[in-house]
Amino acid sequence: MRKIAIYGKGGIGKSTTTQNTVAGLVKMGKNVLVVGCDPKADSTRLLLGGLAQKTVLDTLREEGEDVEIDDVIKRGYGDVRCVESGGPEPGVGCAGRGIITSINLLEQLGAWDEKYETDYTFYDVLGDVVCGGFAMPIRDGKAEEIYIVVSGEMMAMYAANNICKGIKKYAQAGSVRLGGLICNSRKVDNEAEMIQELARQLGTQMIHFVPRDNMVQHAEINRKTVIEFAPDHPQAAEYAQLAAAIDANEMFVVPTPLEMDTLEKLLIDFGIAN
Amino acid sequence: MLLKHTTDQVRERKALTVNPAKTCQPVGAMYAALGVHGCLPHSHGSQGCCSYHRSALTRHYKEPVMAATSSFTEGASVFGGQANLLTAVDNIFGIYEPEIIAVHSTCLSETIGDDLGQIVAKARDDGRIPEGRHVIQASTPSYVGSHVTGYANMLEAFAKYFAEKSGDKIKQINLLSGWVEPSDMRELKRITELMKVKSVLLPDTSDVLDTPMVGKYEMYPKGGTTIPEMVSMGDSMKTVGLGTWGTEKAAKVLDNKCKVSYDITDLPIGLKATDRFIQALATAGKVSIPESIADERGRLVDAITDMHQYLYGKRVAVYGDPDNILPLVEFLLDMDMKPVYTVSGTPGKAFTKKMEALVGERCPEAKYKNGPQADMFLMHQWIKEEPVDLIIGNTYGKYIARDENIPFVRMGFPIIDRIGHSYFPTVGYLGGLRIVEKILSGIMDKIDATAPEESFELVM
Repeated sequence: MRKIAIYGKGGIGKSTTTQNTVAGLVKMGKNVLVVGCDPKADSTRLLLGGLAQKTVLDTLREEGEDVEIDDVIKRGYGDVRCVESGGPEPGVGCAGRGIITSINLLEQLGAWDEKYETDYTFYDVLGDVVCGGFAMPIRDGKAEEIYIVVSGEMMAMYAANNICKGIKKYAQAGSVRLGGLICNSRKVDNEAEMIQELARQLGTQMIHFVPRDNMVQHAEINRKTVIEFAPDHPQAAEYAQLAAAIDANEMFVVPTPLEMDTLEKLLIDFGIAN
Repeated sequence: MLLKHTTDQVRERKALTVNPAKTCQPVGAMYAALGVHGCLPHSHGSQGCCSYHRSALTRHYKEPVMAATSSFTEGASVFGGQANLLTAVDNIFGIYEPEIIAVHSTCLSETIGDDLGQIVAKARDDGRIPEGRHVIQASTPSYVGSHVTGYANMLEAFAKYFAEKSGDKIKQINLLSGWVEPSDMRELKRITELMKVKSVLLPDTSDVLDTPMVGKYEMYPKGGTTIPEMVSMGDSMKTVGLGTWGTEKAAKVLDNKCKVSYDITDLPIGLKATDRFIQALATAGKVSIPESIADERGRLVDAITDMHQYLYGKRVAVYGDPDNILPLVEFLLDMDMKPVYTVSGTPGKAFTKKMEALVGERCPEAKYKNGPQADMFLMHQWIKEEPVDLIIGNTYGKYIARDENIPFVRMGFPIIDRIGHSYFPTVGYLGGLRIVEKILSGIMDKIDATAPEESFELVM
């Protein structure tokens, strides 16, 4: 089984990219489990057709320790198994701890038992790695491959660099490695070249360049992935390519995060400053 | 009336625990770690946690309990405790020279997401752990489970780290003990020796927390399971775990890692549980049961028979840890007593099922509950609804016993107002005799104290 975590700056399109990639893998006949690690609990909306699913932590709070696996896992598009960790409302409690609790519980309940024959687990993680809890999916033995969703915008690249610092820390002790950057285009000048260069300097690769297309928005409004909503559209082919690239990927590295001025220089050399 | 505010009507509670029948996970982790030779427990959290957990153990065992701490401050809480733990590893190996540091987490370090595995691996990679020394770690947040969970997690960590499978089977069995006294561990070893079963007992707190006074302080007393013994556990023929809550995790690890299969049986408290233990030893060790063991059993049965009239039908309230009170409840039933109320603060669905099977037809009026709201307050309310003849549990029951004028037998953890538990076992047939003696003394002292003059008996 391959265990993958998707990180990236808030609003960059992690959940959309993850779900479309998962749909691509499902079409290839893969058996996938998606674990949403965002207190907003919106990581599986497109796969479940908008079905707001009850989160692990809400279930735990309401039903105590008597949680059954079927209470928290719902089947979505192409029989994908979907889980939402959930978490507290903004401003209270500890969302990071929620993720630790949630993943521990899933392990206890046997979400990864052999009978499920899981090929892929995807952890869709909120924004930046802000505390120990949000790093839970990249601790030893959990996710082993990280993909960072990034665009040519300064702050997205800055966040990607920060996430690499987190990966580097955990890679020292465990098996977690960076699998590559996924460029989710924002139509910034020289975007593909710039992200390729960023990837090179981080010691990794740009695994795919996903062009910007309004079809993504149309599909989202209809609570579907592009692959389900418009299977013949070119954008669906892009996600299928991304899925295939991840499936075939063999480049797993410990990243080399950049200093701040090196990162700024990259922008000047390639980007907006031109 | 110390507990005059306890009402005699039980009302449904959604939250709130009053006088819990449990304590923190790290207390258990520390106790388990002390049962390994040359091991220093280390608390990864603030100083207050470490002080409390040490004193909880010291008050019960009447021995100095040593443990180190990562001494979290505001800074460590924000930036993570890695730097503190790495410095601690340097200092501890430099100054106190243990063979093993057994690190456990606390509520604070768990909540901020410190990954002990990652920090310990870094200490190893940095070369901070000297040759032949070891650091192991267990995750023990107190908002999950109880002290028994912490004990089980630390036991699991030892099994996971040390046991090795060399391929050559050794004619020995692994004996994983649930949480019992040093005297009990000594008794477990005596029994296995009588049975001629070679065994590795993990943990083994005898000669650690019941050391003789010789005028000289030893930081690491001679007792405790040794590293070579733990390593050899991977080559044993079989694992026998005494108590599901305390030992199943470790037993599973030995099975997964080293393919040593396991049987879980109850702690040998009382007649039938000891029968099962002896049988498990005989099966695992492929030996027959010696006459001396059968004689010990016979003496226990004799004592129960002799005094049956004082035991029959007596209503008893029991509280404590599942592994310990389940076989105790069975023992009470076997002596025709009625364990009418049973509570444990340690969660686990298996408790209800096992209690159901035990009390079933033999004591249909029994009430029992475990988990967060199964507290001393609930048990007291039940007693107020309909009284009992005897209370059995740790020191915290003395308030109820005094208020309600009920004989009280101290068993379990902690006992902080009497001695004896460190020296006289309650496991095995001999331990059963001690339980019977204590129960009878409690019941008969009350008869003597309250009998009218005309029925005050010389011979009982």
